[in-house]
Amino acid sequence: MEWFNDFWSTYSTLVFSVGVHALLALSIWLTLSCGLLSLANAAFMGIGAYVSALLTLQLGWSFPLVLLTGGIAPAVVALLIGAPVLRLSGVYLAMATLAFGEVVRITVLNLEITGGPEGLNGIPLETEGWHIAALLALTIYGLARLRRSKVGRAFEAIKEDEVAARLMGINVDRYKLLAFTLGSFIAGVAGALNAHFTFFISPREYGFEAAVDILTMAVLGGISSLIGPLLGSSIITLLPELLRSLHDYRSFVNGAVLVLVVLFLPKGLWDPRRFRKWFGKAKGAEA
Amino acid sequence: MNTPQTLLSIRNVGKHFGGLHVLQDVSFEVPAGGIYGLIGPNGAGKTTVFNLVTGLLAPSSGTIEFQGESLVGLPPHQITHRGIARTFQNIRIFKEMSLLENVMIGMHEHLKYGAGGIFFNSSACRAAEKRARERAFELLSWLGLEHKAAMLADNLSYGDQRKLEFARALATEPKLLLLDEPVAGMNPSEKTLLMEEIINIRNRGYGVFMIEHDMRFVMGLCDRIAVLNFGRIIAEGSPDEVRNNQEVIEAYLGREEEAA
Repeated sequence: MEWFNDFWSTYSTLVFSVGVHALLALSIWLTLSCGLLSLANAAFMGIGAYVSALLTLQLGWSFPLVLLTGGIAPAVVALLIGAPVLRLSGVYLAMATLAFGEVVRITVLNLEITGGPEGLNGIPLETEGWHIAALLALTIYGLARLRRSKVGRAFEAIKEDEVAARLMGINVDRYKLLAFTLGSFIAGVAGALNAHFTFFISPREYGFEAAVDILTMAVLGGISSLIGPLLGSSIITLLPELLRSLHDYRSFVNGAVLVLVVLFLPKGLWDPRRFRKWFGKAKGAEA
Repeated sequence: MNTPQTLLSIRNVGKHFGGLHVLQDVSFEVPAGGIYGLIGPNGAGKTTVFNLVTGLLAPSSGTIEFQGESLVGLPPHQITHRGIARTFQNIRIFKEMSLLENVMIGMHEHLKYGAGGIFFNSSACRAAEKRARERAFELLSWLGLEHKAAMLADNLSYGDQRKLEFARALATEPKLLLLDEPVAGMNPSEKTLLMEEIINIRNRGYGVFMIEHDMRFVMGLCDRIAVLNFGRIIAEGSPDEVRNNQEVIEAYLGREEEAA
């Protein structure tokens, strides 16, 4: 057991990060599965992180309640901005949600209560491994159920052809708002979990780069199933660690890997249809 | 025969985009049961009529009523809930889904279960999904597609994609089915097959309202026909009446003195 203790004391933060990033990748998977290219999830994560950290630091709320509120706060914001923002689609939606992210970042940067550019320090370490594992499992289960229900089918239909979906009797605007809000809730909970094991949060962590990272995780893994975002987030989190020996060339290799994947596997690493094709071909060759 | 009940009534409908008048003072009534045809040369404004009825566009003037209730101002999904379904001239099936899923999308509104039912996989939810799957198989079998239910819609032939679109539209449990040029781009044998399918659908009690510019096809199929030319209705009546209408002949074949 000693090696495990050694391992854990060195890498527990990394393992926690894999879990939190998995939640974030799933949160953007949800909006992507409804055909929405929204880049607001980093900001939603930030809102969750700040609201939860402040509730812990200032009001001393219990951790479960803090986590819940960390999800509800960004969900309320998503509901409010969703109606106007979700009228946009494609790159216009991406731009609007990025702009929203900047608004959130700059607001946090300039508020007194959030500690401005210095961020919040001394957040108690409340997050334990099983918290992340349990919430991740719950999220995966919930999304898997959603995917197999009429809601998941409606998302898929909207993604493929919005007009046809409307004419099949689907209330497209409502389902888009649902995907957007649920995604923001998951991102907010991930932010709250993150804030309570990193000890310190600052506005820098929730800006443009974080938004792109979250998107990259989902796109790298592939969005045709729930496995893709899990795979992508693990790779994006672990790759810099595995490439540690490369020192300054780390981010270079990191970027190159991404470019290669997007270039040659546009549907992401996990693509069941491609697997079937490969498998089918192999069988055909044997026959 | 006594006069049939009116299903869809379009009165004095106009539509313009800026200064371009696409439809002017269009009026006609689609009776319940039977096949009603809207014909006219390309660019006459036929698809615009469908877009107005299904709520994708709002009329500039006039009224559109379905079973005595106005449809103007309703969003498309609510018009579908009232009992109008449609297909598209350029087929719009969900290509990345199986045939079964395509048809089940059409049943969306008829699946009554909530968030709790989804999360806990309640027996009510399972039963509703099972019923929907069975109904989807039934609808696919009406069009002879049930053995392809698990196939990806993208892999279907053109004619089968059109049939799948019919099945998907029927899944919304409509009273009136709008078909936008159902045989466009089909070869003659496919056309004949599809014609039989449309007759089958009519025989099952659905009202059919179709757009077509292939005159021969429409004459053999429709009980009544309206003719649209340059955004105006120039004739309405039985196929024989329309066929012998001087204005219709001119619209399709040109004036005699021009030809001479």
